[in-house]
Amino acid sequence: MRFQPFQLFLILLSGLVLLFIIGPLVGMFVSTSPADVFESSKDPEVQRSIGLTLWVSMAATLVFALGGIPLAYLLARKDFLLKRLVLGIIDLPIVIPHSAAGIAVLGFVSRDSYLGQLGSLIGLDFVGAPAGIALAMAFVSIPFLVNSARDGFLAVPVRLEQAALNLGASPFRVFFTISLPLAWRNVVSGLILMFARGMSEFGAVVIVAYHPMITPVLIWERFGAFGLSYARPVAVIFIAVSLVFFILLRMLSRPRKDA
Amino acid sequence: MLDVKNIHKAYAGFKLDGISFRVENGDYFVILGPSGAGKTLVLEILAGLILPEDGQILLDGHDITDDRIQSRPMGLVFQDLAVFPHMSVRDNIAFPLKIKRTERREVEQRVEEQAELLEIRHLLGRRPHSLSGGELQRVALARTLVRNPRYLLLDEPLASLDISLKQGLRSLLKKINQSGQTIIHVTHDYEEALVLATKVAVMHSGRIMQMGPADKVFHHPGSEFTARFTGIRNYFPARLYREQERQYAELENGMVLRVITDEPEGQGFVLLRGEDVFISLDNLPTSATNHFKGTIIDVSPYPSGFEIMVDIGFQVCARITRESLQSLSLRSGRKVWISFKAASVRFVRV
Repeated sequence: MRFQPFQLFLILLSGLVLLFIIGPLVGMFVSTSPADVFESSKDPEVQRSIGLTLWVSMAATLVFALGGIPLAYLLARKDFLLKRLVLGIIDLPIVIPHSAAGIAVLGFVSRDSYLGQLGSLIGLDFVGAPAGIALAMAFVSIPFLVNSARDGFLAVPVRLEQAALNLGASPFRVFFTISLPLAWRNVVSGLILMFARGMSEFGAVVIVAYHPMITPVLIWERFGAFGLSYARPVAVIFIAVSLVFFILLRMLSRPRKDA
Repeated sequence: MLDVKNIHKAYAGFKLDGISFRVENGDYFVILGPSGAGKTLVLEILAGLILPEDGQILLDGHDITDDRIQSRPMGLVFQDLAVFPHMSVRDNIAFPLKIKRTERREVEQRVEEQAELLEIRHLLGRRPHSLSGGELQRVALARTLVRNPRYLLLDEPLASLDISLKQGLRSLLKKINQSGQTIIHVTHDYEEALVLATKVAVMHSGRIMQMGPADKVFHHPGSEFTARFTGIRNYFPARLYREQERQYAELENGMVLRVITDEPEGQGFVLLRGEDVFISLDNLPTSATNHFKGTIIDVSPYPSGFEIMVDIGFQVCARITRESLQSLSLRSGRKVWISFKAASVRFVRV
């Protein structure tokens, strides 16, 4: 096979970028001794933090999906005043520094705020608690769900929804039997993205809740207190767990062949 | 009875400018017009997908103009069919029944019956993406009919089918109508209107130009547009039969024409363009196989010449030039011969 110069040029540059992503990760895996990884994986603090990170991010994703998916549908189907502004607002968490996002969320849920007071009435604490972590995670990750689900709904022909209405289905029914199933791939991929982005969040979470410690915070703490060689095994374990999760979720969400 | 009164609407480049018509129970009502006339918009307004700016839709005297889409008794088969791609054929047809919380056994039974009627039982387990255009058409039709809509609305149902499938679906639609189903059918093809309609409304640029029983509209077009658009002035119900390798069409009055066609034997219509009819003063030997003696009963100007109505036991319209009119000195009351080739006669099977 002969390559044109331009193709070679593309392959060379693409390879460099891929190498840049893979290199540091592989390097980290290689330079971490299996014994250290094994040792860290038995550390209850590490285990607890990974469990906490996973379930809080999962919970944040599912709770916010209840509003995020309808919002995505609304944005895909309706035109309204200031829609572009709303679309901009949804992307806002992606562009602002995450430490700033953390500060904003903290102000929103602190014990002096309305939400904080409301929460403490029913015994729900946000600051330094899983609920606060979930909010911080959701704040920075919800755009991924909304945007992906919106793309999915946009790809569903309005005709099919009209046909369902004409066949006697209520708009609720149409949403659950036509729109949502047809947009399902994008919705699930949005959920996975949101979950992934949430569990890898550090900046916003560390401001709202240093404790209980999610794994990104734990990695940072070990690095600060004990140095690189103590932080590395935890990072390796967390990356491995994340990878297993994503591969599993991707496989589960793969469409059936006949669909 | 459906009464549409003075509908106005401008939408996506189309405009309806005071549309009114009435559909009686059991009608096969065809809205005939060129593309861009606003025909689809009329159906979408009837179905409630689009609300009119002005005007009313009355169903047995009740105003349903602003009713919700899902509560109207209108079954619309879209031109692009909109069969749900993520459901099997069976689930597509069952969809409107499941919504009404019909009992499972009844759903199964009615789906089977409907599929049987439309000859798609063998497709029930299939997925839409594996079906042909004609099969999808029948699935969409079955899905709409299964909920017994008071009005079946069809948007260009034959447009995307090839000729052999057209004939099958045409007779199916006719059969459905004859079983009592009221149909409102939109098309740009006058042959469809001719063969299927009991009533025709000719539409142009958002207005209805002429409306009435099909034969009246076709035989007596009220405007130049209608005359040109409805195309063929000579059309007659007829029965096609073969005899010694030859094909004949027997008209209702017993007269027989030689025709050449690929259509199967049976009931249908013969169509003959006025331009294809020759007029002569004597029975001249020509290559044409159809010769009839008759009397001119009317001579009227036509944009590119004259239309001569000749009574030969039925009325045939011939279109000729001014020169021919003068050289043969044709006028009402004159005895003439008309002739046309068997190949000029089109037969459309119902």
